[in-house]
Amino acid sequence: MASGFGGDSRNGARSRTAVGVATFSALAALWYWATVATQAISPAFFPNPAEVFSAARQISIDGYADSKLLGHFLHSCKLVLFGFAAAVAIGVPLGMLMGWSRRAEALLNPTFLLLRPIPPLAWIPLAIVWLGLGDAAKVLVIWFAAFVPAVINSYAGVRSIEPYLIEAARTLGVPRGMLVREVLVPGALPLIFTGLRLSLQACWTTLVAGELIGAIAGLGHVLYQAGLDLYPAMIVVGMASVAVAGVLMTWALEWLEAYSMPWRSA
Amino acid sequence: MNDHLPPRTFFLLTTVGFCAFFAVWALAAASGLVPQLFLPSPLAVAHTFGELTQRPFVGYTLQQHLASSFGRFGMGFGLAVAVGVPLGLAMGWFRWLDHIVTPLFDALRFVAPIAWVPFAALWFGTGIGGPVLVIFTGAFPPCVINTYRGARYVEQRYIEAARTLGAGSWLVITEVLLPASLPSVVAGLRISAGLGWQSLIGAELIVASSGIGYLMVKGQSNISTAIVMSGMIAIGIVGFAIDILLRALERYFQRR
Repeated sequence: MASGFGGDSRNGARSRTAVGVATFSALAALWYWATVATQAISPAFFPNPAEVFSAARQISIDGYADSKLLGHFLHSCKLVLFGFAAAVAIGVPLGMLMGWSRRAEALLNPTFLLLRPIPPLAWIPLAIVWLGLGDAAKVLVIWFAAFVPAVINSYAGVRSIEPYLIEAARTLGVPRGMLVREVLVPGALPLIFTGLRLSLQACWTTLVAGELIGAIAGLGHVLYQAGLDLYPAMIVVGMASVAVAGVLMTWALEWLEAYSMPWRSA
Repeated sequence: MNDHLPPRTFFLLTTVGFCAFFAVWALAAASGLVPQLFLPSPLAVAHTFGELTQRPFVGYTLQQHLASSFGRFGMGFGLAVAVGVPLGLAMGWFRWLDHIVTPLFDALRFVAPIAWVPFAALWFGTGIGGPVLVIFTGAFPPCVINTYRGARYVEQRYIEAARTLGAGSWLVITEVLLPASLPSVVAGLRISAGLGWQSLIGAELIVASSGIGYLMVKGQSNISTAIVMSGMIAIGIVGFAIDILLRALERYFQRR
């Protein structure tokens, strides 16, 4: 087997795809072999392909856990978007302010030092005590999950701007609003988007956990119900839906990133 | 950009910031706008925290809950390191293994670790095995990815030198790739410990019968905000301590 030397050639890329396809085919075959052909794995532990297919049909057509798949999916996406948007709307300006003014940084940093070590998931019980099992509690927790990375990366983004750019703008007598719009925001955007990407993933994890702990709808609720019903096929469908939703949102954010920073992709 | 603040102003503002955080909290609690039940004062939380370390709540004291959480964390994290680092090294050396594992990884990456909870409970139960699997799924990817990157970007001439002197795959991996990629590995460990600790809390909130997450869920169902907040403080302190420890390790390996 070739190892370690040289970079990927065009040939390498093709063999990479081939090996990838072969791997997934082998896994599918293994799945069929273990659950259907030999029944080495009991259906109570892991479902066979037919069961997963029928579970997917059931949830998309008849509904499961009080709603159809699309309903759960949209419900989860809506909560993530609300919490995420609220966190960005407050966190990015706050972070940029902290990056801009040393006074604001010194004043606000202690609060972040105190709150940052607490993982977003640990806010869930508190959110439930405060707001109950409804949507408001989830939005609050998602807000927490997205808020801290948004602040930290906006802060780092402003700090990463070359000082001479700001000095040049000032020398030219640029007014404050224009300085923010034309220098600070574009200069900080790359790091801000890095932060947003990280926090979007954190949002999904948090939402799924929140819905697993207590909810009336959403993909996490599907997982919870499937776990209670000892319904492995539905667990697989739920996990796959969570993954698909995560991929779609990441794509949407990447599109937004390319759209708002046209100078980078060129 | 503003100039650096004089140290005295900085110290003053930071102190004001700290005091403001607790003052706002204490005032909000004392004002009566929010019932004590939902927002206890900082002192009340400190009192509850102290009490939890003395008197058992849902079977154990705070330290015992923390100890059982930490045991699960140690197992899940240890397993992730024990499997992830060798896998990452091997992927960095054997191209075919890289081709096989990477697509699987990309496919599984988007499944949030917490989404494994139902299967974890179904396969391994809610005692130790289930939470350990969830921690593992959280901590495993950074271990593999960072080790892999470290091993991939080892300077070619080290590898070539070792090969010229007749080293086989095993020797190259253990004597060249591993030492050279250590800084990257340790950086990965730090990320993976953070994610693992967070996944542990999630797992314990959902399926466990002891541990710090369980204490918080019980506090939540008793509507005791002070207990929930004590749990958050304990989680924050332990998470912070783990991070400091690994950061020191990281600095140690980078300096060498």
